Amino acid sequence: MSIKAKEQEIIDEFAIYDDWMDKYEYIIELGKDLPLIQDDLKTEDRLIKGCQSRVWLNAETEDNKMNFTADSDAIITKGIIALLIRVVNDETPADVAKSDFAFIKEIGLQEHLSPTRSNGLVSMVKEMKLNALKAVK
Amino acid sequence: MNIQEIRSQFPILSEKIHGKPLVYFDNGATTQKPSSVIQRINDYYAKENANIHRGVHTLSQEATSAYENARTTIQQYLGAKESHEILFTKGTTDSINLVAFSFGELLTAEDEIIISAMEHHSNIVPWQMLCERKGCKLRIIPMNENGELALDQFETILSAKTKLVAVTHISNALGTVNDVKHIIDKAHKVGAKVLIDGAQSIQHIQVNVQELDCDFYAFSGHKLFGPTGIGVLYGKEEILNSMPPYQGGGDMIKEVTLEKTTYNELPHKFEAGTPNIAGGIGLGAAFEFLNSLDMEAVLQHEQELLDYATEALSKIEGIQFYGRAKNKTSVISFLIEGTHPYDVGTLLDKMGIAVRTGHHCTQPIMDQFCIPGTIRASFAFYNTKEEIDIFIKALERIIPMLKD
Ligand SMILES: Cc1ncc(COP(=O)(O)O)c(C=O)c1O
Repeated sequence: MSIKAKEQEIIDEFAIYDDWMDKYEYIIELGKDLPLIQDDLKTEDRLIKGCQSRVWLNAETEDNKMNFTADSDAIITKGIIALLIRVVNDETPADVAKSDFAFIKEIGLQEHLSPTRSNGLVSMVKEMKLNALKAVK
Repeated sequence: MNIQEIRSQFPILSEKIHGKPLVYFDNGATTQKPSSVIQRINDYYAKENANIHRGVHTLSQEATSAYENARTTIQQYLGAKESHEILFTKGTTDSINLVAFSFGELLTAEDEIIISAMEHHSNIVPWQMLCERKGCKLRIIPMNENGELALDQFETILSAKTKLVAVTHISNALGTVNDVKHIIDKAHKVGAKVLIDGAQSIQHIQVNVQELDCDFYAFSGHKLFGPTGIGVLYGKEEILNSMPPYQGGGDMIKEVTLEKTTYNELPHKFEAGTPNIAGGIGLGAAFEFLNSLDMEAVLQHEQELLDYATEALSKIEGIQFYGRAKNKTSVISFLIEGTHPYDVGTLLDKMGIAVRTGHHCTQPIMDQFCIPGTIRASFAFYNTKEEIDIFIKALERIIPMLKD
């Protein structure tokens, strides 16, 4: 499935929620499916320190496909990471580098990607794209 | 005190957030503004706007006297001897930086400055910068596990070398009310001057700078129902006169030639450039609003809110409070086992409730407690027990979502 198709799938999933609490219940559920970074990879250089929450990110490339694993100490942050990773995992570095994650805005979660929120997510997105750029052949 | 009547003077309190009535419990960060303050700023721009201290035309004179009247209102409220001891600044941070620079110019490498372990970053960093600039030494009054200062240890670090003690009146993260009178008296015995960070005080308790006998008192307008971008540094005349100016420019000079400049008198010596005129006038209106309140009743109401909320929160399983000083204002910092403050804050927001999460610009406090931050609910007199009920209900809904 392409990045665009996966994004559309998520937008459709979220369309059924009109209550914020239900939406967040779902995000929290999604966080439980996040491909977790291995504990021994939770090193200082993979840690993104937000002032509010902390994020660990690991990137690998195999057969020209990106594979991210991550974790966070806050579970809403974790749920949002799960969404981001679901969209870009298994895609080519070139596609990941181009991706703008616009679906986050569409499902009403853009506040979590605002720099003033200092939850580590903005830096994480940057980090993901940097990793993708490095892996572009 | 009629809370509903007071609430009706704050337009923002009837706003809705995500379709829910706003419950504003982030008063430690900034307070809301009454209509009288908003209207005063509006009137200034609509009817009086002109530059001050420099025009013979009518508007300039009116604006000047409105600005100077605000200074006098503040002087009287704080019990300062002279109105020129009230310097307008951008806020607490700016006030402290002014002292760190100008008073700091009088210091040498032999001198010591004392702060406490519960200071806001803005009462830490300017002193660290000063110590780097002048080579003086920074010493710290420690804090116990209840969030109270260890005043016996203060006396052991206080000496003839101490030139300045800079402590907060009330902790923004923990609510502790420090016995600043005691600190000031002890410091004066060794000849040290004292700066009090009053950012969290005047909105909660009556402050009289002459009774305290502090040498400097710093605060921000926006935390006491006034506008942002304006604050005050109170300083004793004699000390302010002994200090070199902070910034150079218009208004702070008496005579300028290309070779040499003589400086203006207080307060202008420390107010270079066109000031925040609307801010100063708006701050004057905020003090008039404070004048209209019965501060005894305010304190009592806030104490009731604090007790009511503390008791209700205590029933939540796994709750841990930070800051259990005997004497504290209406601030509750806490964590709930198995949940992250960021998650709690995010979900409370979706229910219309504004709290602060994080380290509250007091990382050394969080380090001492070995936590990354807390959830902080800070009340003002316009908050109600009904709002606390909404807050508790919201927490009861949220916690099960976040656990498991
Ligand atoms: C105790 C204390 N000191 C200083 C400050 C800094 O105030 P401002 O940011 O308005 O300069 C604050 C504000 O959070 C505070 O609570």
